[in-house]
Amino acid sequence: MNRIIKIILLDILKNKIVLTYTLILAALSWSSFALEDNSAKGLLTILNVILFTVPLVSVLFSTIYLYNSSEFIELLLSQPVKRRKIWASLFLGLSSSMVFAFMVGAGIPLLINAPNSLGLMMIIIGCLITVIFVALAFLSSILTRDKAKGIGIAIMIWLFFALLFDGIVLFLLFQLSDYPIENFMVGLTALSPIDLARIQILMHLDVSAMMGYTGAIFKDFFGTSSGLVISFLLLCLWAIIPFFISLKKFNQKDL
Amino acid sequence: MITIRNINKKFGKLSVLNDINLSFKKGQCIALIGPNGCGKTTLIKSILGMVIPNSGLIEFNGKSILGEYLYRENIGYMPQIGRYPDNMTIGQIIEMIKKIRNSNQELDEDLLKAFELEKMFDKQMRTLSGGTTQKVSAVLAFLFNPDVLILDEPTAGLDPLASEILKEKIIREKENGKLILITSHLLSELDDLITEIIFMQEGKVHFHKSIEVIKAETNETKISKAIASILKQKQSKNQNS
Repeated sequence: MNRIIKIILLDILKNKIVLTYTLILAALSWSSFALEDNSAKGLLTILNVILFTVPLVSVLFSTIYLYNSSEFIELLLSQPVKRRKIWASLFLGLSSSMVFAFMVGAGIPLLINAPNSLGLMMIIIGCLITVIFVALAFLSSILTRDKAKGIGIAIMIWLFFALLFDGIVLFLLFQLSDYPIENFMVGLTALSPIDLARIQILMHLDVSAMMGYTGAIFKDFFGTSSGLVISFLLLCLWAIIPFFISLKKFNQKDL
Repeated sequence: MITIRNINKKFGKLSVLNDINLSFKKGQCIALIGPNGCGKTTLIKSILGMVIPNSGLIEFNGKSILGEYLYRENIGYMPQIGRYPDNMTIGQIIEMIKKIRNSNQELDEDLLKAFELEKMFDKQMRTLSGGTTQKVSAVLAFLFNPDVLILDEPTAGLDPLASEILKEKIIREKENGKLILITSHLLSELDDLITEIIFMQEGKVHFHKSIEVIKAETNETKISKAIASILKQKQSKNQNS
């Protein structure tokens, strides 16, 4: 396993995109702390950056990288290497390098400017979001052989979770405002990793007080330690399930 | 050494392999021939585990290959169109495969020297011509002294000099008692190489015979003519019936 991961990591490190991504993240994080006078506001700005750019870059870069390594995969498959191992190595290589880029770009400024539990939580959630969207990229690239289609699916996944899902939630909220749907809303957030991450951070910032009654229900759930554990587990599932589906499909794939 | 039992493979509705039964033994040099799209490459890829058959069994040294991977240590595969990572150089590719195989066996670098690839070690794969890519594929197939060599159109795209070098190498390996599986359209090239012929058509094995039998049946001395006369017989039979 290690030999293949090493080859993949070296290949990704040579790629300028990851370096650029790190620099952009760093620039955004440092400047948002510099612009705001208190660190909570800075955190809120970074939160939006994390929830917007990190998924986009993770899912797009990984999808394109997977399509571009189709030759590499084909070459390895004729060698005495397990299929599972090839796919898992690609996943570990890609997700660890993306997590590394996030840690260097956003992790360091967070640790320096907000050295508390909130900053730490932001880093953990950023890493989880990265891994989740790498896993979703694996799923989208195994679904179709066509590179353009695969990248299209990846962009749709990002669009859905970053923008559309919020729209749907808001729509439901207004349409069904006459009914007691607060518990249902909590359940609904589990369907989107980005919302899960966002609400978890918001609950620990004091701005949750502005969210009204639904905010109170959210606080009841996400504010408790069991709610915290459950939502972390849900985030982990969001990374594990797409990857395992793609692994299963890869094991059956004809090349 | 390799036994294939009742293999079926469909790509969507198209049936590519249709109930194939074959067995290959050590020391044989087998030519897999047939028209384009008759399933030769798919058959080879199923032996390598790159294509997974819908049903049937492939055994390597008596063990089913389904879900296995270690048996590939004994196979050298030269693809019809070698696809390699664009931004790697020849040297890096060979180095990488060596690392992945991690074998402490002695390497067979005959072809590397014969093709003079060492001079081009720092050329990137995307800059290579089709023929040079084929040379890299050939070197990789022979590098680890495998017991089985699977060569998919080995001489296509090679210049006469290089294909002569490759042919000589194949003959030498055959004399070492290895199993060699070749697909080719150039029947005249196979004359002094092979011991058996498998003719495939529309996903089925038409016949699997040794050269002597074929030559005796058709009273020809050249393989290409012998095959041509078999095909003619078949055609006239079809027309009569």
